[in-house]
Amino acid sequence: MEALLRPRIMLSLTIILIPIFLFISGASSHQIRINNAERRIDLSTHIVKVFLTLKVENTGKTSASEILLAFPPTQVDHLAFLEALAATGKKKKKTYVSLAVKPTQLPDAPNETNYYTIVLANPLNTGETATLEILYILTHSLEPFPVEISQSESQLVYYRDSALILSPYHIKQQTTFIKIPSNKVESFTRVEPTDRAGNELKYGPYEDRPPYSYSPLLVHFENNNPFSVVEELVREVEISHWGNLQITEQYKLAHAGARHKGIFSRVDYQSKPTFSGVSSFKHLLARLPPRVHSVYYRDEIGNISTSHLRADSWKISELEIEPRYPLFGGWRATFVIGYGLPLEDFLFESSDGRRYLNFTFGCPLVETVVDKLTIKVVLPEGAKGPSAVVPFPVEQRLETKYSYLDVVGRTVVVLEKKNVVPVHNIPFQVYYTFKPIFMLAEPMMLASAFFLFFTACVAYLHVDLSIRK
Amino acid sequence: MVGKTESQNGAVKATAAPAMNLESDLFSNFSFKSFKLKTKQQELLLRVSILGLVYILAFITRLFSVLRYESMIHEFDPYFNYRTTLFLTEKGFYEFWNWFDSESWYPLGRIIGGTLYPGLMVTAAFIYWTLRFLRFAVHIREVCVLTAPFFASNTTVVAYFFGKEIWDSGAGLVAAAFIAICPGYISRSVAGSYDNEGVAIFALLLTFYLFVKAVNTGSLAWALASAFGYFYMVSAWGGYVFIINLIPLYVLVLLITGRYSMRLYVAYNCMYVLGMLLAMQIRFVGFQHVQSGEHMAAMGVFFLMQVFYFLDWVKYMLSDTKLFQAFLRITVTSAVAVGALALGVGTASGYISPWTGRFYSLLDPTYAKDNIPIIASVSEHQPTAWSSFMFDFHILLFLFPAGLYFCFKKLSDATIFIVMYGLTSMYFAGVMVRLILVATPAVCLISAIAVSATIKNLTSLLRTKSKTAVAGSSKGTGGSKASSKASFDQSQPFQKNGAIALLLGAFYLLSKYATHCTWVTSEAYSSPSIVLAARGAHGNRVIFDDYREAYFWLRQNTPPDAKVMSWWDYGYQITAMGNRTVIVDNNTWNNTHIATVGRAMSSYEDEAYEIMRSLDVDYVLVVFGGVTGYSSDDINKFLWMVRIGGGVFPVIKEPDYLVNGDYRVDKGAAPKMLNCLMYKLSYYRFGELVTEYGKPPGYDRARGVEIGNKDIKLEHLEEAFTTSNWIVRIYKVKPPNNRW
Repeated sequence: MEALLRPRIMLSLTIILIPIFLFISGASSHQIRINNAERRIDLSTHIVKVFLTLKVENTGKTSASEILLAFPPTQVDHLAFLEALAATGKKKKKTYVSLAVKPTQLPDAPNETNYYTIVLANPLNTGETATLEILYILTHSLEPFPVEISQSESQLVYYRDSALILSPYHIKQQTTFIKIPSNKVESFTRVEPTDRAGNELKYGPYEDRPPYSYSPLLVHFENNNPFSVVEELVREVEISHWGNLQITEQYKLAHAGARHKGIFSRVDYQSKPTFSGVSSFKHLLARLPPRVHSVYYRDEIGNISTSHLRADSWKISELEIEPRYPLFGGWRATFVIGYGLPLEDFLFESSDGRRYLNFTFGCPLVETVVDKLTIKVVLPEGAKGPSAVVPFPVEQRLETKYSYLDVVGRTVVVLEKKNVVPVHNIPFQVYYTFKPIFMLAEPMMLASAFFLFFTACVAYLHVDLSIRK
Repeated sequence: MVGKTESQNGAVKATAAPAMNLESDLFSNFSFKSFKLKTKQQELLLRVSILGLVYILAFITRLFSVLRYESMIHEFDPYFNYRTTLFLTEKGFYEFWNWFDSESWYPLGRIIGGTLYPGLMVTAAFIYWTLRFLRFAVHIREVCVLTAPFFASNTTVVAYFFGKEIWDSGAGLVAAAFIAICPGYISRSVAGSYDNEGVAIFALLLTFYLFVKAVNTGSLAWALASAFGYFYMVSAWGGYVFIINLIPLYVLVLLITGRYSMRLYVAYNCMYVLGMLLAMQIRFVGFQHVQSGEHMAAMGVFFLMQVFYFLDWVKYMLSDTKLFQAFLRITVTSAVAVGALALGVGTASGYISPWTGRFYSLLDPTYAKDNIPIIASVSEHQPTAWSSFMFDFHILLFLFPAGLYFCFKKLSDATIFIVMYGLTSMYFAGVMVRLILVATPAVCLISAIAVSATIKNLTSLLRTKSKTAVAGSSKGTGGSKASSKASFDQSQPFQKNGAIALLLGAFYLLSKYATHCTWVTSEAYSSPSIVLAARGAHGNRVIFDDYREAYFWLRQNTPPDAKVMSWWDYGYQITAMGNRTVIVDNNTWNNTHIATVGRAMSSYEDEAYEIMRSLDVDYVLVVFGGVTGYSSDDINKFLWMVRIGGGVFPVIKEPDYLVNGDYRVDKGAAPKMLNCLMYKLSYYRFGELVTEYGKPPGYDRARGVEIGNKDIKLEHLEEAFTTSNWIVRIYKVKPPNNRW
């Protein structure tokens, strides 16, 4: 009931507030107009992908170099990824240029609207148009309803958005397509013209909407895809200059869908797999780099014997893991995956003599959201001047770790990022300087320890320590 | 350390084991000319290298389970030890010592520091801290898993020195080799078997060795070392009671046989007094050394020693024998009277506690069966079958009497000790299966004497044939050997061939022993019993990891303060792996509490619900093998629950669950059986499942019958989780219905 009330309140608020926004909105908003906006929202998994195509025109007097994107506060918290491309050229010879995007605060933002600024590569002169392709990804935006389901029920979720694109600009024409995983839709808000064809909902086209138009939209549909969320992932990458890269990944996995309620019956689960526990998941797929070796999969109480590795020397290796029990809504599992990789695939020497590790950011599990990702790059003992180059903002700090036979400890570059989605699986680099002589420190230490031990033995055998003579 | 003692003793004794000489002869063929000057060094080298190999062998032969499964803790009790060690390494010693564990024995809790033998945990933690200090980034689990093999290796070294002390270094080496692979010891010390016995056998043998050394030398230093060995043993295992009774018995035997000496006086008094004071520092043992009936023998012998010493002194001072005889009579009578009176008063006033049930059940095998069902219910407390003697000792069983013969032939303080140790421990091994472990070192040592002495005789025969003049005089140290040689001298023509044949026979037996031990270790003693393995239809290995599946489910998906009721066997595992509070666990100190759980399991559901409500139970866990054919499940243990429950609550009567004395689960089962909680929880919705092709649904593979009650309805519980092979089933206790 409450869930139904909320959109109404929002709606009424928006209606009251819209006229006010019209007066407040700044001068820059007036000079840009969106001629055509097309939005495609993909709800097939629990990671919501929104593709937005904007045709913008500068109708003002001066040239504009920035375009603002507006997000309601509810979406901004769940925004995991935002990318803007500028399309140039005509149909077949279309090329895309990636544009810089940065969060912006506007003093007169209505109703806590948040903004992102897209910096255009070439300023838009008066009367010119440009096509922007924007992709943004939202996590935790599908709200299970009912909140608790039993084993035999399938999972229904809500998706909330606005039928009209929230924008500080006037939009001449806009259409929104919503793709849902199956054609089982409980209900959806109608904002005419609204149309449904199979597993696609079409809102619009809507003509001539003023800035900050908002029309709440609620879709209630079935989504039985695994809502696998890694609440915390710590990836430790340990570099050994003896030729190995050791990765240890600690997962805290949860099923973030509708909570499981009541009994779990193994009979039903085993005998009627199509009706029982449809929203639960048994397997997870991890894509590991090629030439992976010594893979292990375990947790606090030991090895988990259900995993399959399809290793290929040139392609991506696939590790299919099965938690100890099937994960129903709200159930958790923690586990560790570890593997070794040949160092020469990942460690390179840059032109200035420094070494750098080129490794993939993000989580190897397919279609998984990571709420908090920590990557720890453990540099070899004696490495100096570490610096990390990551293509998106992350928190960075340094730590020291003691491993086998360490005296001064190893420098650890810690990178932290919240809300990580599969598109973040792009390479990052950690640069450092290292003298190869340090590689010999530990073998020398061991050798000298043994040497001392044997010398002591020999000395002890040859020296008579008895008091009596 | 090894080398040092060797060189000193080698110089004093000038004995060399013929077996070793044979090998050093072989060795010498490849050596330089000057080998004669270095024979002693070569022998030392050989001995050290053999001992080193035995040390490594003892370690690696225990690694089957790690190779075949993984580095994990086995069985039941080790999980508690692991959990406490983890706590110790995380929180430090004082926190550990003062730990009140509210996760077990809900709602009573358990004072961990005061109710455990901390030796094992402290040892493992110490090894862990040392390795960490040396910057070896090991996990505490690896340390715990490998503690038992490491101490088994150390035991071989102690066995070597012990064998050397009671016989010669050859016997020591053979003893070390025997004990390294003896299944009786391996059964409790494979990698992962992180139990008190793992370090206790080392401590036991060390204490005995040091005590014998002290008796042989009369040195205070060795007696002190022995007291510390005893302290370590007390800190590690309740089996220390065996030491504190065997040593006084041994002293008594020496006194009776007229072998009293100043050496014995020094050794025993120092060891007893210091050992007792040190043992009192262990909180679980406390003042038992002066208050419990089991320790009174040692105290009695201690006072007897003083009387003996006093009499000796009086005898020395008095020249008149007649007067001394009279004095002796009066003193002995009054001493015995005072002792008996003190014991009587102590027992009557309750200052000295009477013997415990466990102690009684050791002396009398039938005691537990009649009086304490909870002790009798444990499989390792059953009387030993002959087959398990054969299984655990193999040829040692035959060599043992032969060794006793050799010991009696060359009687000394040391051999008397090993004979007494061997005989008493063999008796206890016959009473309880698990005590085979205590007998193993004695059996190995005595058998080693037999093997070493026989082979020594045979090889010296072979050698006298070739160089008659040399060997005869130089090797004649042992009296027994000289005589046996004399007897062989008469049958000159077949002597050499016979000796060769016998040697070959001995080597055949020994090699059989080695194969048997390896086979037993790999087949019988290397299974962790948490993970079950079976052969699939195509010969592939199928793993049943259901226990950990269930425990991990509990750990992740139940509220952190959930209370789990299960039979006590699984208590330690649930707390260690599931990290949840249990009602009862493997530390069976409160019989009533266990009986309450037994009663709940054997009552009807609504009665059981009342009991479970009163114990705040949230989840009930049962182990069920009907799908996989796993036979040690709760249905097969159920009669013990009935017996233990019935022992405290007479409402539960065993005959109610039996039909004409038969225990059945099929249609012909007793009605109470078909409707008790354990039956319902085990077989809930099992009637819908087809377990085996061609059998009706609800066919129990563990018992080979179709179950009798297929329509089970649960009123107050609901199925919360069942593992993939149904081995563990967890039920949630529903909250009471609303009254309005």
